Amino acid sequence: MSALLLLVRLGGERVALPATDVEGVVELEGVTPVPGAAPHVVGLSALRSRVVTVIDGSASIGGEPCRSRRDAVVAVIGGHPYALLVDGVEDVVAASGEPRPLPGSLGGGWSRVARAAVEAEGDLLLLLDLAAIVAGPAAEAA
Amino acid sequence: MDDLIAEFIAETREMLAGLAGEIVAWEAAPADRARLDAIFRFVHTVKGNSGFFDLPRIKALSHAAEDALAAVRAGEREPDAKLVSAVLAVIDRLGELVQAIESGEAVPSGDDAALVAALSADAAVPVAAPAAPAAARAPVRSVRLPVELLDRMMSGVSDLVLARNELSRRLRERGGAVEVDACFDRVSASIADLRDAITRTRMQRIDNLFSPLPRMVRDLGAETGKDVALALDGGDVELDREMIEMIRDPLTHIVRNAIDHGIEAPAARSAAGKPPAGALCVSARQTGNQIVIEVSDDGRGIDAEALVRKAVAAGTLTPERAARLGPAERLALVFEPGLSTSDEVTELSGRGVGMDVVRANIERIGGVVDIESRPGQGVRLVLRVPLTLTIIPALTIGAGGQTFALPRSAIEELVRLDGAAVRIESLAGSRVATIRGRRLPVLSLAHLIGREPAGGGETLIVLKPAGGGVYALAVDVVHDHEELVVKPAAPAVMAAGLYAGTTLADDGRPVLLLDPPGIAARAGLSLHRRDIDDGAAVPEAVDAAQAPPCLLFRTLSGAARLVEVAAVERIDEVPESAVRATAGRLHVAIGPTVLPLAGCGAEPPRRAMRVMRLTDGVCEIGYALDEVVDIVRPAGTVLPAAAPGEVRGVILHAGEQVELLDLHWLLACHAPAAAAGAAPVCVLPAGDPWMQTILRPLVERAGYRVAAAGEAASPDLVIASAGEEPAAEGAALLRVRACAEPAGEDDDSIHRYDRDALMAALAAVRGGR
Repeated sequence: MSALLLLVRLGGERVALPATDVEGVVELEGVTPVPGAAPHVVGLSALRSRVVTVIDGSASIGGEPCRSRRDAVVAVIGGHPYALLVDGVEDVVAASGEPRPLPGSLGGGWSRVARAAVEAEGDLLLLLDLAAIVAGPAAEAA
Repeated sequence: MDDLIAEFIAETREMLAGLAGEIVAWEAAPADRARLDAIFRFVHTVKGNSGFFDLPRIKALSHAAEDALAAVRAGEREPDAKLVSAVLAVIDRLGELVQAIESGEAVPSGDDAALVAALSADAAVPVAAPAAPAAARAPVRSVRLPVELLDRMMSGVSDLVLARNELSRRLRERGGAVEVDACFDRVSASIADLRDAITRTRMQRIDNLFSPLPRMVRDLGAETGKDVALALDGGDVELDREMIEMIRDPLTHIVRNAIDHGIEAPAARSAAGKPPAGALCVSARQTGNQIVIEVSDDGRGIDAEALVRKAVAAGTLTPERAARLGPAERLALVFEPGLSTSDEVTELSGRGVGMDVVRANIERIGGVVDIESRPGQGVRLVLRVPLTLTIIPALTIGAGGQTFALPRSAIEELVRLDGAAVRIESLAGSRVATIRGRRLPVLSLAHLIGREPAGGGETLIVLKPAGGGVYALAVDVVHDHEELVVKPAAPAVMAAGLYAGTTLADDGRPVLLLDPPGIAARAGLSLHRRDIDDGAAVPEAVDAAQAPPCLLFRTLSGAARLVEVAAVERIDEVPESAVRATAGRLHVAIGPTVLPLAGCGAEPPRRAMRVMRLTDGVCEIGYALDEVVDIVRPAGTVLPAAAPGEVRGVILHAGEQVELLDLHWLLACHAPAAAAGAAPVCVLPAGDPWMQTILRPLVERAGYRVAAAGEAASPDLVIASAGEEPAAEGAALLRVRACAEPAGEDDDSIHRYDRDALMAALAAVRGGR
């Protein structure tokens, strides 16, 4: 049985997230900014009496901030709930094959967050690592 | 005490229930080391607790079982069926005894000696396994709940609150009927109560953990013949109930160890040049996402070499590896099971078990134990446990359009900026607040987070974060006092260095909890000089050995000079046009005031400058300067100036010659004569520190100029201590006495702290002049 993938649009690309790591997809209402935090940390939002940290997925990979401030993917990483802003959520599909090693060179911040390449619906997509997106660019420099 | 007994009983019962499986398994496989350890820890813990509660039978039984099991652990004895039955019999008896205490029944009679004897290696007869405990169980008044259930309740209530807020908004929009509103209010109040109750179910003040310690320390001190002074601090920190329970045992063990192995007997302490009473300090504080509990003693410390020898001897460490261990790793051996530096086995801490239990318990709740030891000087153990769910009293504030929370424990006071009690001035670009004579650095929260402060009056919050140091945080608005459930923030948020956690406000929006030490660090506030001038607040500053803080500045001609901070009223920037040669000298106009100006020649300087206002409390002059360099406490010898002038001497500061301003000369030369004459003069005895430091400001506030005896030609008032006869020469005489009651009928003196009477007398003399 193949892994389930959540297909989202991020930084102008169609990319895949491991669906098992994702708790749900939500529309955020109201974000409290966190002054002083890294640029990809958009702020905090309340989700069913939980405080989630809102991360701009596009900013994390070095792109323009997400246009939409509402569509977000919720995941718990390291015991902390996060909401990852994406440009759009498409579908949950089954991968048609095992993940493959990444092609040689990836541009921009993609190489930091991409875990593998995976085929779904006849396209080859990047499979992203949620923890790496949440950690942001600073984590690599450190 | 009843609470503690109940706690002990509940804990023991719980452990017994958990142990039932272990015992059966151990019976089947007596060589199983893990089972043996679990049972050993049980009897060890029971022994420790029972010693504290004065339960001699339980103590004797558990001690005997511990001895037997320790022998097995040390490999001196084989765990045979006979021993297993004897231990089981002891455990069953412990269960019966605990049951009896709980239900208040008569303690089951019976001789424990047979059980104890059966434990010994050469016992001939195995004891018969006793019958199952009596079926008659007393009704249990308390219920132990899994914390997950409380968590679920908590989260359910939070959802309820959010739903209520939503409902409230909808109701307002529609303009509901009165009876619906009344009903809603009732629901609302019930939800608030429920939330409060559920919140409280999880929280306990750490006092609960600390309160048994004084008694325990006293008893242990008495048993060991040691004198121990216990200091407790931070009992008001609130901690998750589960955390408290998890910390209770480790803390008990640590304190026992400190007294038993750390603190020396009085004679040994005296010989080592220490005070005969050992100091044991237990403190708790919240820092960021953690509660830090610190236990320190000033005893003999831990002998790391002995630990290494023991570990090598016990075979847990090879000599080769031992040689490679660093000092910290050697010390960490104390956490290995079965190692102790103490050669004698005592009733108190046994064999240094405990430290492995301590670490196991703390790590189970995601905490860390650190140990520091300095031979001959003591041991400091630091337990850090996470703040998974704590409720802290907080103040919600607004800055730059956003709401934040501040832990109330760090707040010393709130001061409105428009009030008379506070003055703000600018020193070298940073702001300094003077609040009742105390100078504090001011940080603007709005600027700190890259926003602009909202218009209108700011409020200063004087913060005293754990670890000392005080500063004032300027915020736009103070909202409310609230009890907040604080959760740890994600690492990405913590990385900002400004926050201690997150919380949900009543309206369901997330709120960031500010971290006062983090803010200070972020603002680059020097942690050691946060209190720019604590001299005014601390009476010791009267001590002449400590130089008063001085402002180091450069004059218009570039010379470095010093002036006492206390004399500087404020510093203003003035344009060139503000200084004019008028009425025969230089004057500077600052706002509505015109002041004589010193610090430059006879000609007005052709440039903008800063002017500091110097005052002796009555009159004021301006002194022109180029820039403020720093606030320093100059040390060293003052070389007096050759002739009287505005510089009274030279001192070497940081390798540079710096001139000291002669305030007396400056004020005498430049102060407007009329102002000096206008104020009535009061003579205070110069040598009386109380008069000079405490009374003098009061007298000055009442409008007097204070002079020393003989300095003023015709004083209006002379103040003296009761019983003294100073030369008054036509001035009114006011005597103050130290004791509250007058000495007799004709004693017309005033008690020195009778403020009303003093002020009335001062006003009367001034009015009648």
